[in-house]
Amino acid sequence: MDYSSFLQMKEEFSLLAVMVFLLVYDIFASEKALKYFQPIALVLFTIHTILNCVPRGAFEVDGGMFQYVPMQTYVKSILNVGTLIVLLQAHKFLNEDANRIKRGEFYFLTLSTLLGMYFMISAGNFLMFFIGLETASIPMATLVAFDKYNHKSAEAGAKYILSAVFASSISIFGISLIYGSTGTLYFNEIAPLFTGTPLQIMAFVFFAVGLFFKISLVPFHLWTPDVYEGAQTNITSYLSVISKGAAVFVLFTLLVKVFANMISDWQPILYGLSIVSITVANVFAIRQKNLKRFLAFSSISQAGYILLAIISGTAMGMASLVYYVLVYMFSNLAAFGVISVIEQSSKKVSITDYNGLYQTNPKLSFVMMIALFSLAGIPPFAGFFSKFFVFSAAAQQGFYVLVFIALLNTIISLFYYLLVIKAMYLNVNEDPIQKVESDVPARISFVICTIGILFIGLISTFYNQIAVLSFGI
Amino acid sequence: MMMGLYVSKSRKQIQFVMASGATLLMILSGLLTYMYLTDRAAGNVAEMLYTADTVWYAPFNIHYSVGVDGISIAMLLLTSIIVFTGVFASWKIDPLPKEFFLWYSLLSIGVYGFFISTDLFTMFMYYEIALIPMYLLIGVWGSGRKEYGAMKLTLMLMGGSALLLVGILGIYYMSGATSMNLLEIAKTHIPYEAQKYLFPLTFMGFGVLGALFPFHTWSPDGHASAPTAVSMLHAGVLMKLGGYGAFRVAIYLMPEAAHEMAWFFLILTGISVVYGAFAAIHQTDLKYINAYSSVSHCGLVLFAILMLNQTAMTGAILQMLSHGLMTALFFALIGMIYGRTHTRLITEMGGLMKVLPFLGVSYVIAGLASLGLPSLSGFVAEMTIFIGSFQHTDLFHRVLTIVATTSIVITAVYILRVVGKILFGAIQDEHHKHLTDATWFERISVITLIAAIFAIGSAPFWISNMISDSVLPVISQLAK
Repeated sequence: MDYSSFLQMKEEFSLLAVMVFLLVYDIFASEKALKYFQPIALVLFTIHTILNCVPRGAFEVDGGMFQYVPMQTYVKSILNVGTLIVLLQAHKFLNEDANRIKRGEFYFLTLSTLLGMYFMISAGNFLMFFIGLETASIPMATLVAFDKYNHKSAEAGAKYILSAVFASSISIFGISLIYGSTGTLYFNEIAPLFTGTPLQIMAFVFFAVGLFFKISLVPFHLWTPDVYEGAQTNITSYLSVISKGAAVFVLFTLLVKVFANMISDWQPILYGLSIVSITVANVFAIRQKNLKRFLAFSSISQAGYILLAIISGTAMGMASLVYYVLVYMFSNLAAFGVISVIEQSSKKVSITDYNGLYQTNPKLSFVMMIALFSLAGIPPFAGFFSKFFVFSAAAQQGFYVLVFIALLNTIISLFYYLLVIKAMYLNVNEDPIQKVESDVPARISFVICTIGILFIGLISTFYNQIAVLSFGI
Repeated sequence: MMMGLYVSKSRKQIQFVMASGATLLMILSGLLTYMYLTDRAAGNVAEMLYTADTVWYAPFNIHYSVGVDGISIAMLLLTSIIVFTGVFASWKIDPLPKEFFLWYSLLSIGVYGFFISTDLFTMFMYYEIALIPMYLLIGVWGSGRKEYGAMKLTLMLMGGSALLLVGILGIYYMSGATSMNLLEIAKTHIPYEAQKYLFPLTFMGFGVLGALFPFHTWSPDGHASAPTAVSMLHAGVLMKLGGYGAFRVAIYLMPEAAHEMAWFFLILTGISVVYGAFAAIHQTDLKYINAYSSVSHCGLVLFAILMLNQTAMTGAILQMLSHGLMTALFFALIGMIYGRTHTRLITEMGGLMKVLPFLGVSYVIAGLASLGLPSLSGFVAEMTIFIGSFQHTDLFHRVLTIVATTSIVITAVYILRVVGKILFGAIQDEHHKHLTDATWFERISVITLIAAIFAIGSAPFWISNMISDSVLPVISQLAK
């Protein structure tokens, strides 16, 4: 066997190098050198991001276990940038005395979930896919329970691991059924054999549950609000964007690559899930008082919108999906960033605490406002464009009713996003949150997010680049 | 033709920047009108002039394309006048003047952009851009039940845009066009089966903004709680986006469905016209009176558009212009009166003519324009509309026209009642004796509007010719 072809997995190796270096550095460096741990980690990760942002030609490693197409580079880059933003925002949290000792673990665990997602994205075989999925979930549970003396965090960790394992076991049961019905686990070989017999439909449904759980679609969403609320805010944002983004992309590739022949079977399933996710999540979001729970439901409904792109099953849908994830990442990370900065300085996370925020923290309020407007899909922010493209992709395939229902839901979502904006700008509060001084990395992350929200929509290059490669799927 | 850019330059905190920016815009749109007229006189017969087109999102065939015809010119002129006067009307806005003008500029960018777009996507985008500043403008700087009004307005208009987006996507995919450009799509033929669904969607989508019954309820609450300049811009221009859009998208692109379904919407608009007028009689709050009168007048715009002939459509555009100016004048005056008396209830005011002669006289002029006195703009517009409507010989259209005409009488009732109550008679409140008349910046605002109303009223032909020429493409589309 020719092992040199392994070297083509450039992204994975470079990430692994960063991880191992950081782990060793954390263990062996002197007390003095450890002061520079975070800057070094951030710089290394930035270098890794930059090195791996240019797409290459498609290739296969290990007899099709690992399949690379150029589009994956974009998805991985999006995940990289998102992770970078999360790490920047977590900088202050990790510098606190109680957490300083755990920094090495934080970085190692975060990056190993990222590595798991890389493998999940590039998998060419269901086993590879499953290993990726697990590598992404198990360290995640540790991260959720990171703040172990906090009761809620520990509870969230337990909830996450139990439901994740349950979902994975259902998923692997589905994989076993797939093997039973086709005799192989390689994507390429399964595709022509999968025609939609009852056994195969069952296999698909069981298998997909694992991914639906990751994407947190209704009715697989019940863990989301509790975990989002309990976990440390930076972890929550990681969970809501990176983990979800990887999962939707994988879902789409699998659907068009492996399950292409049973499109008439999975389209109705997704159709229903999409409507239920958007609507239920929106209705629940209105009632939330805690901002993190609020954003949890908002992210469930966003996942429902993403399904609109998946359901089309076209190249345009693919491009819209990746673009949507990109925009969603900037908007959601900006919103979570503001929440985390404020939570760290004042321990306040409820919507009523945000009353009158504009008077004391105009800049943070502004970031929060454009993030929420972008999530609601209001021009000129990027969210408008991504929503439009997703709707357009679905309408192209004739799903007008679905688009209409989704659009009606955007009105509901605008209502609850406006509630937060109203709290910040309109409501008066005698005791508003004091002026918050965020540290430099967090500010950098806000600048990146703001630029992303403002310009990704107006400048069409991003979308066009993505669209060019989406035809390779 | 990057009108939008001119506006963005004026986003500075100082009033003067705002004022000079608005003046510059007004001059520019005047210049544009002049250039347009000379070009047309020189025999340029292209449907749209000064077009520019840049590919934006190639995979969706979205272009950033702009261009103007006589109708958009008229609308741009109207917008620039109202933005200009709105700046002066909110000269001393408090608190946060910088933020106010920033959002105000964004709002006007949306409006300008909408009128010059010839691409469905860009048009829709500008439409939505215009919506969101409204929420904050009303919510922060408004009065009364501002949060309720702002939320209601934003959500209802968002609902309209939801209908619209489905319509737009439908038009694009069903027509099989390779461009989202209006003029390109007009050349294709959308199957009637599709038009049947898409026409009501788009027409209602725009109708929400044009205060079509029963989707008008945002208008009174929204207008009543908005700050003066926003009421002016909103009633004066934003509601016209509805009429303009219905005309340009719904009717232009889907003529067959327009013929088939006009009767249903005609009834709805007929209800708007009469119901709005009756509702206005019942109100005691000045802003509510004017808001309901706007519902009635804007209903008339949609009513005339649905008559589907050249005269009535020209009248509709003229009515948009005239109502825009007149209602902006009303809201400006109401804002000024409210700033002095701190009440908008007509029962608590009286004899204001003695203490506020300038505002009083202006109010009377606005009222007369509203009820259609000759030589003021309202007369020209309504006359054209009713003549155009009466050209239909069948009973249905005639009866509806007669019903709509009664609104003129009802308008007279509520206008004269208000004028009599608040301007004449004895002074109701002792404090009102010491009020001061309009300041210089208020006068600029009022005089500009009155001058424009007189201009359209006494010399309507140049503008109505310009408009009716531009209505022709739509008419020929309808005749197909």
